[in-house]
Amino acid sequence: METTLAQHIVTDLPQVTALGIIIKAIIILAVISAIAGFGTYIERKVLAFMQRRLGPMHVGPFGLLQIAADGIKLFTKEDIIPQNANKFIFMIAPIITAATAFIALSSVPVFPDFTIPEFIPLLGGVFVPSIASDLNIGILFVLGMMAAGLYGPLLAGMSQANKWGIIGAARTAVQFLSYEVVTGLSILAPIMLVGSLSFVDFNNYQQEGVLSWMIWQQPVAFVLFLIAGFAETNRTPFDLLEHEAEVVSGYATEYSGMRWGMFFIGEYANMITISIIASIVFLGGYDSASMFGWLTIMLKIAFFFFLMLWVRAAWPHVRPDQLMWLCWKVLMPLALVNILITAIVMMV
Amino acid sequence: MSLEQFKNRNVGIHTYKTLDVGTPPNTGMEKFTQVVTRAVKGELFVGLWVVMREMINTLVKGDVHTVKYPFEKMPISPRYRAIHDMLRLLESGNYRCIGCGLCEKICISNCISMDTRYDEEQRKEVSEYTINFGRCIFCGYCAEVCPELAIVHGPRYENASEQRAGYSLFEDMLTPIDKLNLQQEYDGFGAVSPNADENITQTPLAY
Repeated sequence: METTLAQHIVTDLPQVTALGIIIKAIIILAVISAIAGFGTYIERKVLAFMQRRLGPMHVGPFGLLQIAADGIKLFTKEDIIPQNANKFIFMIAPIITAATAFIALSSVPVFPDFTIPEFIPLLGGVFVPSIASDLNIGILFVLGMMAAGLYGPLLAGMSQANKWGIIGAARTAVQFLSYEVVTGLSILAPIMLVGSLSFVDFNNYQQEGVLSWMIWQQPVAFVLFLIAGFAETNRTPFDLLEHEAEVVSGYATEYSGMRWGMFFIGEYANMITISIIASIVFLGGYDSASMFGWLTIMLKIAFFFFLMLWVRAAWPHVRPDQLMWLCWKVLMPLALVNILITAIVMMV
Repeated sequence: MSLEQFKNRNVGIHTYKTLDVGTPPNTGMEKFTQVVTRAVKGELFVGLWVVMREMINTLVKGDVHTVKYPFEKMPISPRYRAIHDMLRLLESGNYRCIGCGLCEKICISNCISMDTRYDEEQRKEVSEYTINFGRCIFCGYCAEVCPELAIVHGPRYENASEQRAGYSLFEDMLTPIDKLNLQQEYDGFGAVSPNADENITQTPLAY
């Protein structure tokens, strides 16, 4: 009985072709890059409004074309490689950050499934899946890729023969060691509840209305994951890597032009990834039955993105020693206790 | 902006507010208590609310502090000392300067130079009057010492120019005769104080 049902579902599903995956990858690259660019505009505007300023106003209506101006500037700026830098590593370090950020997005559901209409030549009828590669270990892969992305700042800081860069790289290592434990442990409790590492299973686990969302069962894990997510994306309370007031620009001190831009795109892509993970794992994800499921998850992602900007406007950032203190002495024990309690509740 | 705020020089510490910041924690337990208190008391959320409130004020009430400078300008204080103006008498349209030379005398950077002569009615008139704005330090002594309120500081504070000479001639500083009705009386140094009427007493002649 079950096998026939499964066969029925499999045959009913549209064929996922290599062409569909390629289209999906291009869509993710283009849209997320555009959103990352637009995110800089949103960030400037939100921060400005929160500080009673206007933000960019002159390029285009309400400064909307500021992104284009920034893009032109980044692409046409001279690409300087310092004399004593390790040139090869200096050149590939930004690519690591940007590439891992987008590789992480490959196993995250971004936008709903759709089939390209038949009237479009060549590509008509190609099914484009919501996830570029639907791994059964989605969360593990995404977190692993984002962790690997930290090699970007680390190598960049060490290769550029600049003392601020070295400090930035050291802080990268410190921050990485501290928060990665908390990220893993905090998301372990929801994984235990769901019993799967796939984002689709997480989504299906929380489909019985708002009260079935994971945040009500795992509030501690949610807060811990959010804090660790801020550290992972290098956002304000934990932006030790390139805090201008302290280390000039940290690992990005010697970078200019599009290489610096790649760090930036990587950071914003990571922000979007963390927002998507938080939305799917803790806030119910997309409602696959409803027509507007994709809209609800967009709103959730937008909320988390806004939260990152909001926190940046409101809170001061911490010292490296405070970050280590917080992660090792407060958050990690809390995460362990949370896992223990979850396990006991599940056994009983 | 009222003039009283500028005239009030009684600046003391009576408006200061002293905040109770407490003492920093020393022991590990005190530090831990501080962290827990701060986490539970919701001070962080107060911070979040403050910036959200400002964002709502900005977007809804238009309570923005940005001044788009070249397009809009802040009002300057009446005592602001910018490029000088030479005023005219409102009734006759003649310039007010009587050629007394006090401004030239008091100028501490020696940038005012003037020459006077007697006209056909044996009245003193100014034949040459220039201010070297390369040297002027905008101290305001000339306006303060002027008995006729003839040389005053005007509102023109944007001094970027291709030629210095454009500022320095008497004719350039003088109110144009067709704009006489637009001439603003000066409130800064040397001007009549707002309570001048109260200060006037009868001249003691009965020695």
